Amino acid sequence: MLRSGRLAAALLSCLLFALFVAGWHVATLPGGGGQAADSEYAKLVGAAAASGQKSAMPSPKDVALKLWEHAKDPFYVRGTNDQGIGIQISYSIGRVLLGFGLAALVAIPLGFLIGMSPLLYRAFDPFIQVLKPISPLAWMPLALFTIKDSATSSIFVIFICSLWPMLINTAFGVSAVRREWLNVARTLEVSALRKAFQVVLPAAAPTIMTGMRISVGIAWLVIVAAEMLVGGTGIGYFVWNEWNNLSISNILSAILLIGLVGMLLDQILARLARAVTYPE
Amino acid sequence: MSAEFLKVEGLSKSFAAPRGGPPLVVFDEVNFAIGKGEFVCIIGHSGCGKSTILNILAGLDDASAGVVVMAGREIAGPSLDRGVVFQGHALMPWLTAKKNVAFAVKSRWPDAGKTRIDEICQRYLDLVGLTGAEHKKPAELSGGMKQRVGIARAFAIEPKMLLLDEPFGALDALTRGVIQDELLKICAATHQTVFMITHDVDEAMLLADKIMLMSNGPHARIAEIVQNTLPRNRSRHTIHKDPQYYPIRNHLIDFLVSRSKDFTDQPPEDYDPRHPPLVTPGLTTASALPETLISPRAAPRPVVVSMRN
Repeated sequence: MLRSGRLAAALLSCLLFALFVAGWHVATLPGGGGQAADSEYAKLVGAAAASGQKSAMPSPKDVALKLWEHAKDPFYVRGTNDQGIGIQISYSIGRVLLGFGLAALVAIPLGFLIGMSPLLYRAFDPFIQVLKPISPLAWMPLALFTIKDSATSSIFVIFICSLWPMLINTAFGVSAVRREWLNVARTLEVSALRKAFQVVLPAAAPTIMTGMRISVGIAWLVIVAAEMLVGGTGIGYFVWNEWNNLSISNILSAILLIGLVGMLLDQILARLARAVTYPE
Repeated sequence: MSAEFLKVEGLSKSFAAPRGGPPLVVFDEVNFAIGKGEFVCIIGHSGCGKSTILNILAGLDDASAGVVVMAGREIAGPSLDRGVVFQGHALMPWLTAKKNVAFAVKSRWPDAGKTRIDEICQRYLDLVGLTGAEHKKPAELSGGMKQRVGIARAFAIEPKMLLLDEPFGALDALTRGVIQDELLKICAATHQTVFMITHDVDEAMLLADKIMLMSNGPHARIAEIVQNTLPRNRSRHTIHKDPQYYPIRNHLIDFLVSRSKDFTDQPPEDYDPRHPPLVTPGLTTASALPETLISPRAAPRPVVVSMRN
């Protein structure tokens, strides 16, 4: 029953995809020839558009060919502005992992402390509440001014946006550890360190992992925008560069890749979260 | 049996009133002693502070006044000398049954080797009848099995005293009976000193040597201590056939149903909270009690006074 249900869902997914591609294909068919482009627009954008024959919007076939081209040689370097899509996305993943990792190193121990102490919880709360809703990109100018390096600045932006969900979830998870487990540890005269690692940490692990999963999702959203701003390398820069080239096929390839990598990151953390979750 | 193993003197617990009024006194002038190897149950209505007394004995809660002395030393904070079986089993759900016990054993003997710890855990899990379920997580165990793991964990640290906070409250009657029998067996074998909270009169009569009756709060006191004069090799199957069974049971129920309410307001004239009277209703003649309460044909049913604290 379950297997046939899954199969039906997969078939339906394929059908939806086929419909989408078919719709896209029809929408990007070359026009009937009668569409004369606006003359002023033609003057502005040049001959290709003036002919009115073919839209800049690629057909599914164009995108598929472009993807194949990228897949064949993802890691080429032909100068600073012409590097393979694989290299670009690796830059982005590297920045996200670095910023996210640094944030985890700060947020989890700090969240632990805040969660353990009601005093710190209340003392930190106003800062967290004010800093949390700030768009990570708003930090960018400040980062560029103080750090003076665009690559490091984008890592800082990832750091700052990954920090809050992990900090809040860790503090909440730690403060919500069931009283009775702590009482068990107390009656057994368990040392503070052993209590932290063997009772509080496993008890709060699912909540901490949820925070990490939210963080990595946000970090992946933000890196594209951050790289569009700072330029140089990365998938965000690639998208912006291809926009300047008006290569919509490349942009669509990049969008697809961004989605796939985001899904992958989320799945990895979901897997980890499942490993530390315990049924009550 | 020395009557001085655990001594509770002038214990009281009060909370500050929310708006500057007089403090709310849950219980005060609580005095009792438990001898080594004795099994003592405490019965009373919800809100009389039974759990608080147990938590103070465990060192998890502080008394507002009074002292608890165990084996000549005042209790200050939790200690491995007192094993606690919690009301809601309090097992760590991410650990298997054996690892839950091992967590306690490692705390008791930090320098013990792996095989030694494993041996102790296995011994106590076998003792509570959990052979074969060692590697199951709490979520895969039934309510009764979880409570057994809790009991094994408390016994495994070989405490000088065991504190049980209504351990069978959440179990069905059949499971409860089986585990009561097991507890009785283990206690008889280990001569464990036990302090237990219960709401179940039959459970108290089966397990306890002394049953402390608490009056209703606020200002709850230990009204009297009932000596369980039924012979110590009690069993669930024969206990209700003993001629002392109904006099004791009726005495307990009579207290819980009617006397516990009035006791706080109008204690008997000769009542001294420092020396709560020790009574033996099993040895006095049953004729003084109302006819309806001692009908011998009535099947013994567990009388649950109230479900939870």
